[in-house]
Amino acid sequence: MKKERRAFIKKIGLASLASALGAEIVFGNNMPKGYVPVLLEEQESLKSLGKDPALKVLNDKPWNVETPIHLLDDKITPAEKMFIRNNGLLPEKIDVSNWTLTIKGESVEKEKSYTLLELKSKFKSYTYQLTLECGGNGRSEFYPPAEGNQWGQGAVSCATWTGIRLKDLLEDVGIKNDAVYVGYHGSDTHLSGDPSKESISRGIPISKARQDETLLAFQMNGKDIPLAHGHPLRLVAGGYPASVSGKWLKAISIRNKVHDGSKMESPSYRVPIEPVEPGERTSDDNMQIIESMPVKSLITFPKSGAEFSLGKNLAIKGHAWAGEKEVTKVAYSIDFGTTWQNCQLDAPVNRFAWQHFKANIKFPKKGYYEVWAMATDDQGRSQPMIVPGWNPKGYLNNACHRIAVKVI
Amino acid sequence: MEGADIRKLMTAISALGLMMVFLVISAIGLILMVQYQPEILAGWFANSKEEVVAQEDVPVDVEWTSEKLEEVGLVEGEGLQLVLANCTNCHSAKLVTQNRFTREGWIQVIRWMQETQGFWDLGPNEDPIVDYLSTHFAPEAKGRRKPLEVEWYSLE
Repeated sequence: MKKERRAFIKKIGLASLASALGAEIVFGNNMPKGYVPVLLEEQESLKSLGKDPALKVLNDKPWNVETPIHLLDDKITPAEKMFIRNNGLLPEKIDVSNWTLTIKGESVEKEKSYTLLELKSKFKSYTYQLTLECGGNGRSEFYPPAEGNQWGQGAVSCATWTGIRLKDLLEDVGIKNDAVYVGYHGSDTHLSGDPSKESISRGIPISKARQDETLLAFQMNGKDIPLAHGHPLRLVAGGYPASVSGKWLKAISIRNKVHDGSKMESPSYRVPIEPVEPGERTSDDNMQIIESMPVKSLITFPKSGAEFSLGKNLAIKGHAWAGEKEVTKVAYSIDFGTTWQNCQLDAPVNRFAWQHFKANIKFPKKGYYEVWAMATDDQGRSQPMIVPGWNPKGYLNNACHRIAVKVI
Repeated sequence: MEGADIRKLMTAISALGLMMVFLVISAIGLILMVQYQPEILAGWFANSKEEVVAQEDVPVDVEWTSEKLEEVGLVEGEGLQLVLANCTNCHSAKLVTQNRFTREGWIQVIRWMQETQGFWDLGPNEDPIVDYLSTHFAPEAKGRRKPLEVEWYSLE
């Protein structure tokens, strides 16, 4: 596979390579014949996944790809700009016509399977715009460093998802009263290649499973879900860490206890119950599963580094979200938090969708500024200006986003 | 006779002087190039490796050219071959090079992979692997918020 790709790339000229990369290859003429830079291989693979080549590949085995913040400016995140966080390898063969979903576990009356067609025809479809943010978004700022993909702030998306309500399906299957958790099972391959291992099998409490917006989705932004995002069927539970929204869904387990699949165990996707000192290891008993994500905002326009002349106002734009809560205020500061001004903030299109904010900023004099944004949720909780409480796996960094600008 | 000798000497001295001037100018040029245009030199070196990388049927481990190592962020050093042999089979080398840990921290990561991800026992190779990782991928203090890294552009 890899060899084939290399061979293919060798056949196309430097100019096409440059256009694939979206940039000139400096000193390309000095490049040895037959030598294909790793970066280009990645770019080719990114393109085959339908991604904008400007996305940042943190890891290509498994795929972990981050969106630069200024590319998150769309109100509805398009597929080509959506971050990827995979734990295993992409499923190789997807037979949509024979795809089935099995509902099993201690708390189902009777195990039952549905074909994809049955799911689509038997149940009513709903569409919601849902924020999916990786639990480890912002990890790279923690010190001491936390293990895992070193995400900046771009592991978040808010696309439109269409599918059936999980609660409608659960009702059709028949669930026992002792059900407490729903676990998912996907068809991705464990990195070790061991077929008896699941790369990730997380889930949600039964109360989350019964929310209107919790979907078994088969469409994203009105089209079949792209392969990297869970084609042909995906669980989508907005507001929770995106890792609960299982991709390439083959089965779900209705459990009479907290689901114990892969990456449900401590310390994965858990944070200390009693806060710990930076770098301190803590016992598994002191770790709780992350549920709603915290309040956060991003300035998506302009891209950091803008220079403009004095007298010109700067129109900033961005999005804010607060897990399962609503954002009630977004403010900006150009003096490192000394004073804050409110931004204009839109209501969400539906629950668990991000909200858009904007402001028009006048600068008093020439010089270097940072524009900081701070969102506050309906519980009165705001984003911290510094990196929040350290935790062993580096989750939930919701520190204020900031951009640099220069007035000249 | 004496006058001719002196003339010869003078010619020799001025030739030597010219050579010195030329050498000094070349040295300054080279220093400036390293300072401002290191890509040119890198290009020369890349060229000199042509025969090695252009080979077709090389075993997998020889695919780790210095360019490829650089692109994934790995550095030459004692233990590198063991890292390549043990740490890049299941996941990308980039997962290694993104992370920064102390010796103890790297050992914890290895244990986590062994306990939950089916990673094998490294035996006597563990020490040199951990040495390599904790030497080249050690944590750097960055406080609670680092200064922004900025690429300036003109906003229309």
